[in-house]
Order: sequence, then structure tokens, then C-alpha cells
Amino acid sequence: MSSVYPADSVGLVSPKVAHFTQPLRLACGRTLDQYELTYETYGELNATASNAVLICHALSGTHHAAGYHHADDRKPGWWDSCIGPGKPIDTNKFFVVSPNNLGGCHGSTGPSSRNPKTDRIYGADFPVVTVEDWVHSQARLADLLGIEQWAAVVGGSLGGMQALQWTISYPDRVRHCISIAVAPRLSAQNIAFNEVARQAILTDPDFYAGHFVEEGKIPKRGLMLARMVGHITYLSDDSMGEKFGRELKTDRLNYDFHSVEFQVESYLRYQGEQFSNSFDANTYLLMTKALDYFDPAAEHAGDLTATFACAKANFYIISFTTDWRFSPARSKEIVDALMDAKKNVSYLEIDAPQGHDAFLIPIPRYLQAFSGYMNRISL
Amino acid sequence: MRADLEIIQKWIPANSRVLDLGCGDGELLAWLQENRNVTGYGLEIDADNIAACIDKGVNVIEQNLDLGLGNFANDSFDVVVMTQALQVVHYPDKILQEMLRVGRTCIITFPNFAHWRCRWYLAHKGRMPVSDFLPYTWYNTPNIHFCTFTDFETLCSDMQMTVLDRLAVDHQYRQNVGNRIWPNLLGEIGIYRVTGANAR
Repeated sequence: MSSVYPADSVGLVSPKVAHFTQPLRLACGRTLDQYELTYETYGELNATASNAVLICHALSGTHHAAGYHHADDRKPGWWDSCIGPGKPIDTNKFFVVSPNNLGGCHGSTGPSSRNPKTDRIYGADFPVVTVEDWVHSQARLADLLGIEQWAAVVGGSLGGMQALQWTISYPDRVRHCISIAVAPRLSAQNIAFNEVARQAILTDPDFYAGHFVEEGKIPKRGLMLARMVGHITYLSDDSMGEKFGRELKTDRLNYDFHSVEFQVESYLRYQGEQFSNSFDANTYLLMTKALDYFDPAAEHAGDLTATFACAKANFYIISFTTDWRFSPARSKEIVDALMDAKKNVSYLEIDAPQGHDAFLIPIPRYLQAFSGYMNRISL
Repeated sequence: MRADLEIIQKWIPANSRVLDLGCGDGELLAWLQENRNVTGYGLEIDADNIAACIDKGVNVIEQNLDLGLGNFANDSFDVVVMTQALQVVHYPDKILQEMLRVGRTCIITFPNFAHWRCRWYLAHKGRMPVSDFLPYTWYNTPNIHFCTFTDFETLCSDMQMTVLDRLAVDHQYRQNVGNRIWPNLLGEIGIYRVTGANAR
């Protein structure tokens, strides 16, 4: 079947798999003796390997950031608005590497993979991984691809945290850090939402203490609830009001508890339903823990300035006005620390009604400002 | 380079750390980075100006001056610059206080409302002055705190600032005999370099 992709699309792409046999020691103290990372690449690595950009994904992201897997795919990769020829991360200029994180459920080794030691599905036995662990695993991928230093490490939300961590863990291996809709650590409120999501999964009778795959079950209700509560935090009050208001699916109220009456209920259930069909519950637990644990300043008694003292990258931090999950004030904490540490940093606060999800949306000022910065990166 | 920036750059030592409040398109910082090995940041709220700074490779922070400079430590910059923004901010005295706290020296430029043309306009027409240089009508102007040279000097003295340099220039940033002798009548723009009373 032939298909024509938009001129600014990377077109048809297929994932690659990198197998690592050098043991990876994790923050939790455990070691992964071998693991695989599934990743995609877009564009061409230049002769000096100076044009590589690493994309770090967020909680529910995958390695499929741009382009199409099949000619009849309805939707392109999750960040297709920002990656492609002529787009902010211009694949005519950059070689883009987009891995699925360790512990993920889209190809990289994770809870739904088979443990080579036991020949059983890991399930709950998969170790808890952190942002730092991800960065170390991504560094191994960089080694494998012959990339000594990234031109840029880019990510939004949990992905933005990985981008920040890169500048701390590998200061010599990142020239530019683009961290979008991010926070230097989660607030109690952030952790509280994650805990509700985890409890929804953990208390689902089909969870089987994390070994649901072997039981032939999926904790669908728990995962659905987790996604629903998470999804609320990705949107703003305004965007929900705009999208759904108090609009009803039915023409009258039913005075019962099981009917889907409000549009917003229907939307959340649909999102939850879709998600629970495609995402692994153990991975969801891991991702939320990685978020909760992220706190690079903890090693410096909470001092963010000291945390970034060793960083050598140029920083570009972008926030969105209606993001209440990681509000502009949280980004500003990072920016202030970076200025205090005398680092090169620019900061943008994009006026956008879409809440946290804005980082995925092609907002004109956002794309333009993103392009402007990427265009200046010298190779 | 913009004429006022041409004057200001001479007052900024090489290798210094500069904070530019209302940095516009980043022209001053870009030039200083290139030619004086200066580091620092520009604060700006206009989206097009911010984009222009990014294009020039100038560190720009989207930050509203009316919310203060509380995020900057005492004496964290060698020079704090604010060109043509004093009359735009809500609390000019507070921002000056903040500039003196954050920077060792401060450079400020502002339009002189006691220039003879303003005086004549007001006296003759009985209306708020409108000119090519200050083209706004009173109800839609961003300029909400006009002052004169004498007003500014009074504020400097009230706030125990030390004026290190002062220049009165015309709207093309030229000095002449007139604005040297009668700055408050013949000067259109004031360019001041000040430092706090307790500066070392």
C-alpha cells in the first residue's frame, strides 16, 4: 500500500532494539544483568556525531515520537508536532534518538518482559527504576550509537526531568538541555495524585500483587482509574470547561449512578479505557515512583544551585501559564537556581490554556520559540 | 548599535556580569557578550523581543519587572541596566531599590518630562504631550510614571544613591552645549550611572 506523508513528517519509521549485556546497577541497589532498549531514530548522524538529539519521554510516552509505523496509522508519534523536517527539532539538521525507558511497556525491558534468570514474566519483580537509572541506560545507548556528546537532550514533564538529570550526571555529554513543563521535584500534591493512581491499581482484585500476566488477568479497572485521575491533572480547569463544560451526553438527567451523563465523564472513561488496553499496570506504578523519587537536589541538602554547579550545558526552560501540575513557578525555581549557579539559561512562560498537556500541543509561540533555539545550536 | 546603548556600553567593564531589565531584543547583551566577554541575563515580557533574544543567543528570562527582583541575590551582578523602562514600571522607586540591592552599579535611562517641548506642549495646548519620541495618548500609554531630571535627582538623594555619571542628551542621544548647561530644560533623555549608599 502506498501512502503520502506530509512533507514535514519523518514518514515511515521502524523501531530498533539495542541489547546490553553489561550489568546496570540501579539506584535501588539491584542490578539488571542484561536488558534491551527499544528506540527510534530520525535523520542522519553526521560524520563527527555532533548533531545528535536525545528525546526523553514522559510518563506514558514511548519511543515512537515521530512519523508512522504503518502506512495506515491514523496518528503519528507522540511528539510529531515538534520532530521532523523543518519542525523545531529539524531532522534535516539533527539526528534524533528516541528510546523507550527501561521499565516501560513498549519494547524496552520492563515488568512485562521475561526475566532471563527465571524465564518468568518480571511483573512485580522488576526493580524500581529512577530518572538517574534511565539517564545511565541512555548513556549506554549513546555509547552504542557512537555519540560522545548530545547536541541537545530534550523532554517535557518527566522527560524534562531526565534532560535536567543528564546535565548533572553527565555534564560533559550534553551541550543543550531543553526542559519543558517540568519541576525540580514533586510537591506533596503531585505525590498525592500519584498515590491515588497507585492505590487504584494496587487494590484492583485483578492486580495479583503485580503478577497478573501469569494469572492471565489485567487490572483494567485500576489502570483506568489511575489514568483518569492522572488525566485530570494534565488538563486545566479552563480547557476542560471549554471542551466539555457541563454538557450532557443524554438529553436529561437520569438520577442514577451508573449512567454516563456528563461529557467529561464519557471522555475520562474513554481515555481510561483506551489506556488500560495498551499500558502495563506495573510500568505505570514504576513511572509514578520515578516521578516521586526525582529530587536531584536531595544530595545537596535541597540546594538546587549547588546541584547544578557542575552542569556545563546551556539550558532552555519552558513552562505554560495554565499548567497546575508543574506550574511556571516550579520551572522558575530551576531557572533561578541556574542563574544563581551562573549557567546559561533562557526561560519562556508560554500563555496557553491547555494545562500540562500544552507541551504536546502545537502552540504557535511555543513552536516558534522552540525552533528559534534549536536553529541556533551549532554542530 | 542603538545610540543609547553605544553610550551605555562604555560604562560596562569587560568580563562583568550584567542584568538587563527590559532588555528588548537583546542588542546590548549580544554586543557585550561578543565584544566585552560579558555574561548575564536579560529580563523581558514581550514575546517578539524574547524570540529576538533567543535568535541572538542572549540569555533571556521571561519575567515581569513589576513583580520585583526577589529571585536575585544581593550583589549578584556587577551592573544592572534598565533602559527606557523606569517610566513603564508600577513602582519606580522599588525597582531602583531592588536594582541597587542586586547590582553593584546601576545604569538607568529615562525620558525627561521637563524638556522644553513637553513644557511648551502642555502650556500652549493644555494637553498631555504627544511626540514622535513619546507617541502615546494619555489613556493608552505604557508610560505611567513620567519624571524630570530634577525629580530623578531628588529621588536619588532621598534614596541615598550616589550618582557616578549623568548625561542629558537629545532624542538621538547626542550631547550639545544646551543640554549640558540646562539639562532639565534642554535634555530629552537622561542617562545615569548610580550606586547605592552602602556600596563598597
